[in-house]
Amino acid sequence: MTFLAAIPSELIHIVIGMVAIMAFVGIHVLVLVYAERKGAGHIQRRPGPFEVGPHGILQPLADAGKLIGKQLFTPTNADPILFWMAPVLAVFPVLLLFVPMPFGPVVTVQEVNLGLLLILAFAGIGVLSTMLAGWASNNKFGLLGAARTVSQSVAYEIPLLLAVLCIAFQKGSLNLSTIVEGQGSWPWQWNIVTQPLAFLIFLVCAFAETNRAPFDLPEAESELTAGFHTEYSGMGFGMFFMAEYANMVVVSGVCTALFLGGWKGPGIDGVWWFMIKVYALLALFIWVRWTYPRVRFDQLLNINWKWLIPLATLNLLGTVFLMKVF
Amino acid sequence: MHYEQLGVTEGDFYNRNFEKGAREDTMILNLGPQHPATHGVLRVIVELDGEYVIRAEPVLGYLHRMHEKMGEVKTLSQFIPNTGRIDYGHALGWNWAFVGAVERLAGFEVPERAQYIRVITTEINRITSHLLWWGAFTLDLGAITPIMYAFDDREHLLDILQMPTGSRLTHSSFRIGGVCTDLSEKFIETVRDFIPKMRERLPMYRDLVTDNVILRKRLEGVGVMDADMCRRYGVTGPVARGSGLAYDVRQAEHFPIYEGLDWQVAVRTEGDSMARYLVRMDEMEQSLNIIEQALAALPAGPVLMKNAPKVLWKAPKGESYFAVEGARGKIGVHLVSNGGEFAYKVKLRSPCFSNLSAYAEAARGTILADAVAILGSLDLVIPEIDR
Amino acid sequence: MSMIRKVLEPIGDLWSLVVGLRITGRNFTRPQVTVHYPREQVPTDLTDSYRGPIALVPHPRDATKSKCTACMICVGACPSQCITVVKAPAPVITPEQEKTFQEAEARGEEVERPVAPREPVIWINDFSLCSLCGMCVEACPPRCLTFSHELNAVGTSRDAFLHNLLIPYPGSLKPTPEQVQKLQER
Repeated sequence: MTFLAAIPSELIHIVIGMVAIMAFVGIHVLVLVYAERKGAGHIQRRPGPFEVGPHGILQPLADAGKLIGKQLFTPTNADPILFWMAPVLAVFPVLLLFVPMPFGPVVTVQEVNLGLLLILAFAGIGVLSTMLAGWASNNKFGLLGAARTVSQSVAYEIPLLLAVLCIAFQKGSLNLSTIVEGQGSWPWQWNIVTQPLAFLIFLVCAFAETNRAPFDLPEAESELTAGFHTEYSGMGFGMFFMAEYANMVVVSGVCTALFLGGWKGPGIDGVWWFMIKVYALLALFIWVRWTYPRVRFDQLLNINWKWLIPLATLNLLGTVFLMKVF
Repeated sequence: MHYEQLGVTEGDFYNRNFEKGAREDTMILNLGPQHPATHGVLRVIVELDGEYVIRAEPVLGYLHRMHEKMGEVKTLSQFIPNTGRIDYGHALGWNWAFVGAVERLAGFEVPERAQYIRVITTEINRITSHLLWWGAFTLDLGAITPIMYAFDDREHLLDILQMPTGSRLTHSSFRIGGVCTDLSEKFIETVRDFIPKMRERLPMYRDLVTDNVILRKRLEGVGVMDADMCRRYGVTGPVARGSGLAYDVRQAEHFPIYEGLDWQVAVRTEGDSMARYLVRMDEMEQSLNIIEQALAALPAGPVLMKNAPKVLWKAPKGESYFAVEGARGKIGVHLVSNGGEFAYKVKLRSPCFSNLSAYAEAARGTILADAVAILGSLDLVIPEIDR
Repeated sequence: MSMIRKVLEPIGDLWSLVVGLRITGRNFTRPQVTVHYPREQVPTDLTDSYRGPIALVPHPRDATKSKCTACMICVGACPSQCITVVKAPAPVITPEQEKTFQEAEARGEEVERPVAPREPVIWINDFSLCSLCGMCVEACPPRCLTFSHELNAVGTSRDAFLHNLLIPYPGSLKPTPEQVQKLQER
């Protein structure tokens, strides 16, 4: 057993953490798929999945089984290496994003001083996977979807960054745990009170970055059939699906840590407050998706360049000014 | 320039003969025949510059069922079920157009009660058709929930419509010289109950979809068709009325029942997709008014004329044309008879066919998402285009 | 003025988004309208007005028979040619019977030779062709045809849709082998 002792404890910590993250993501994707379909069903006054298990609770498992069981199919003239790299690239960076996530006072896989930066940096890889998927599948719809993704994600990263910077300036840290600790237990001590505009901008950007309705242009069904993942079937599609939901959890988690007081809340602080807030945000994501029509592509960019970026810049300048004065 | 000569073997006849424009950096994209936005087997070939549509060309014929030819090999009464299947959305409009043409040819006098029943059921059918369009159109624009609310109401209306017509989709209850079944007391009661309920639902539709800023920004100023363009292409129905042409067959052809009722032709002058949308929303309200008044004025009497023609009845020699305002525009039937039990020729004038012909011009220069929105705003029913 | 409107417009626009969320949120809490089909059925007053596959009306005196006289008008009326009716054949007269008839005629008596009964022996509706238009129901002179309210006309083969109306519905879904053979000969 001596060779075990030679392994640094840090490494064991990380490995256990990664395994825990994978389990967390896997379970949450299943739960979210179920919640989304149930939510959609009830909003539309129908039961949603109902037949597999009591109230359809096993439906996501059945769907996952179906997706795994399907043949992996590469279209003719597609670039097979890039084609299959894309879904893998979509999922794995998302797992890394959970590393600095402050679930609770001690429940963090690895405290990173530049945690916020790490999340923003690795989130960018998701764009690459979408672009590769659209490009490599040799499909015109996929190509259009990929082109949309790139301009959408690049554009929306700017106001997102500006909104996040406000908090970083205010708290003087890029460490998510530190930012959470800088907030109080009661809702009026959270950053959302001091930075409401940044919160709104962050939320809008979160919808756009995760490609959720009303900003789901890369996969706009009525125009591009399925956009970048038109040619994917089976688990190839399943990976994109997983990445989308995992991204939602990440964005909600970051939003909770930055603006909603993280694990802090009235009463006893802990993981449960973090999860409650994340679930509330996820419910908002689902609710919005089943309410609005999709915006048009040029409108999407107009909202960004004409509203969000100027507002975010002004907000940042105002924050900096106030920080300097007081 | 033929693509075969250039050695291009990809694609089918239409792709190869859809000539690329003067520019080299464009992409030709097939929307359909299997595409979520075409609601059926319509195919649109578009030439794209990035996301901008340089040209769009509809390809028809994927659902051609030879209804006109069938009219020549079936007796006149036997053709009635066919008319219910030309446009599944507004089946009774086609029913009425065909039996109207036969009645005009033979000079039949339809009992007044039957005429009222025709007005009531056709208007209910118009509402179901508009509800179907409303749901599908919002689906085109990316909103998934409204179609479920629309179908909730539509199912109730279909329950009602099932009572006199016996079916839920391809109604064929009009007969030469009247209708096949009388309205029951229960029908009248249910419709009376339903009209206020439907009036309460329409504001909800307005708040959820019509007033939504995303939808308004998607539709306002998109796909503008002016009155002149509508005239050039023979566009009728809500599409023409959205461009300021106050042409409604119900009013223009002086239908006896409609003349006595208090209702307005819904007209908007903007000519964009939003105007077409609003015209249809207004029409639903007007249809409710018509149904309410027609029910109140429903006279007693027979629903089928005394000497209604039997199956092997021979129509007199001659020609007749009869037009009805369908949910999508002017439905016209031109009937030529040489005195036999079969028609010599049945010409079906389909509003969707004419409306679609304006699409190529309306979609030019728009963004791909707008092209889809314009296609949806024309309210196309593919079986009606091909017939 | 236009300045104020420009500022107020986005606020109104954003408010419309809140209104939309409120409507879907309210619908979320309202009861569902779905009918869970195999466990629940739609109310029967809806199925009663539905025109299902055609059936023969039982005779008022003898429920095992119908008033159908095999006049073939329905066959001509059908736009889809989905009805097959075969008249009952005239009874075969044996030579002995013929002899007695002739003898009786020779005696000057009035002879009632047996004639074909005015009833069908085969009455098949090919439901896979039927469009439920009701032309046959309306054309029938003795009014012996009607629409059933059978919603669940399903089958696993084409033959399952050759409805034999002489066997009372819904057991009529399968014709006898001889009938199928006769139909194929046609």
